[in-house]
Amino acid sequence: MAKKENNTTAKMSDQTEEKEYSTLNLGPTHPATHGIFQNILKMDGEIIHEATPTVGYIHRAFEKLAERRPYNQITPLTDRMNYCSSPINNMGWHMTVEKLCGITLPKRAQYMRVILMELARISDHLICNSVIGVDTGAMTGFLYIFQWREKIYDIYEDICGSRLTTNIGRIGGFEKEWPAETWKKIQSFVDNYPKALQEFANLLERNKIFMDRTINCGPISAEMALNYSFTGPNLRAAGVDYDVRVTTPYSSYEDFKFDIPVGISGDTYDRFMVRQHEMWQSLEIIKQAIKNIPKDEPVRADVPDIFLPPKEEVYNNMEALIYHFKIVMGEMDVPKGEVYHAVEGGNGELGFYLISDGGRTPFRLHFRRPCFIYYQAYPEMIKGSMLSDAILTMSSMNVIAGELDA
Amino acid sequence: MMNEELLKIIQEQLSARFPEAIEHHAEVPQDMVTFIIRKENIYEVLSFLKNDSELNFHFLTDLTGMQTADEKHLGVIYHLHNMPKNYRVRIKTFFPMDKPEVPTATTLWPGANWMERETYDFFGIRFIGHPNLKRILNVDEMDIFPMRKEYPLEDQTRDDKSDKMFGR
Repeated sequence: MAKKENNTTAKMSDQTEEKEYSTLNLGPTHPATHGIFQNILKMDGEIIHEATPTVGYIHRAFEKLAERRPYNQITPLTDRMNYCSSPINNMGWHMTVEKLCGITLPKRAQYMRVILMELARISDHLICNSVIGVDTGAMTGFLYIFQWREKIYDIYEDICGSRLTTNIGRIGGFEKEWPAETWKKIQSFVDNYPKALQEFANLLERNKIFMDRTINCGPISAEMALNYSFTGPNLRAAGVDYDVRVTTPYSSYEDFKFDIPVGISGDTYDRFMVRQHEMWQSLEIIKQAIKNIPKDEPVRADVPDIFLPPKEEVYNNMEALIYHFKIVMGEMDVPKGEVYHAVEGGNGELGFYLISDGGRTPFRLHFRRPCFIYYQAYPEMIKGSMLSDAILTMSSMNVIAGELDA
Repeated sequence: MMNEELLKIIQEQLSARFPEAIEHHAEVPQDMVTFIIRKENIYEVLSFLKNDSELNFHFLTDLTGMQTADEKHLGVIYHLHNMPKNYRVRIKTFFPMDKPEVPTATTLWPGANWMERETYDFFGIRFIGHPNLKRILNVDEMDIFPMRKEYPLEDQTRDDKSDKMFGR
């Protein structure tokens, strides 16, 4: 894998003395990179002198595809961006279209969305944090905590039928009320997960080996993070308390009381701890949502020309059949205009910039993918550090290939 | 603060400093304040918005490109954010297809680097002064700019490829 290169003939402007660097190809497919990333590292022994990332290995042209798809059919594309927390992507897209059309959901549907989004956030952070453990050599936490992700996926499966790429909910609400069994599952998750999370925390949070390994590993200052347009846990780890759920509340987040955990130095340990605390906060939000959710309300907005009518009506009612046909064929009446809507995704501000010309498909749709934006700071963050720290920095930044390449 | 007030403040500030910069401003009710700025002034306007102590749009949320519906112009769209006061503003600039050049924003925000490369990759907009303007998501050998409207995806209404078995 490593190739020694004699650099006497190579042009190196920043080099005054003659020095031999070796070139190391990290990735594109390497178990330690957790996704398809290539980094061409220029190494001085074990110290990284320079890194050149190459991205785009799983680019699937979602923005172009979206220009030929009706609004309902774009939801499955959003699944495949950050596939660790696809419900957040789905909801973000639904809310963008709702914002454009001026649809307001009943409180019950909004609270149900909050529950799902927070479950997704837990599953996202849980993967990231347990993988940081794996990369420092602690496999136990990963294997132990992963069954809780399975429980979250079971809840998704009850609601929408799929586990990873969920395509959950619809524009305008949910297709049906969740079964009583699902509510029980959510309640049992909220009751039992804290114990597991506490055990996971006990394994790593104050573990001397873990702390020695992660503190001062891949740090980034708050100023630098802001200049590089960082958002989400990575920005909060650097000490900036920016959270879209608080600054621009959507889906009734203003009704909930929760803290924004922040770090100080923006290193791997802070990123880990911010995610740990966010999981606790997410649990609090879910608890509040279960407690305060309005009982006798519909789970969808009353928008017959956007939301599919119930099947029994389609079979027995002419008007419903017409609506069903129109919606399935993608002939929704969407106003002209442009909106930017952002949600707090697992990795940061996930934005949807939608320009509509009133046609059946978006005129232009741009996804603001937090991964893509903050991964460009990676070469700077690992410059001068050890190779093994670079691996750790990458996994603690939670770079998801699907989101990065869109 | 309401969007109307923010619109007024930014408009006053900009028209006092750059009298010819604003081509058009619009206020989208459910969304954010939008300005269309002349290409010649875009860098000064962005730099002013970033460095002005009152407006303080210090955060570049998003940078992307678009093509107008008549396929004669390309545009760049900046979303700026003032985090402490939670103001957001959208700045657009348009220029003809035959000379798609705009000054880079990387000197203001290092984070614009990849966003501009992505915009170049998909729309062919050249950012003058960019340190490393080459393709990022597509292969280097590609010789088209795929997000332009002249490269449509397959038309779903075409009938020369009818497939009776699976339906189209």
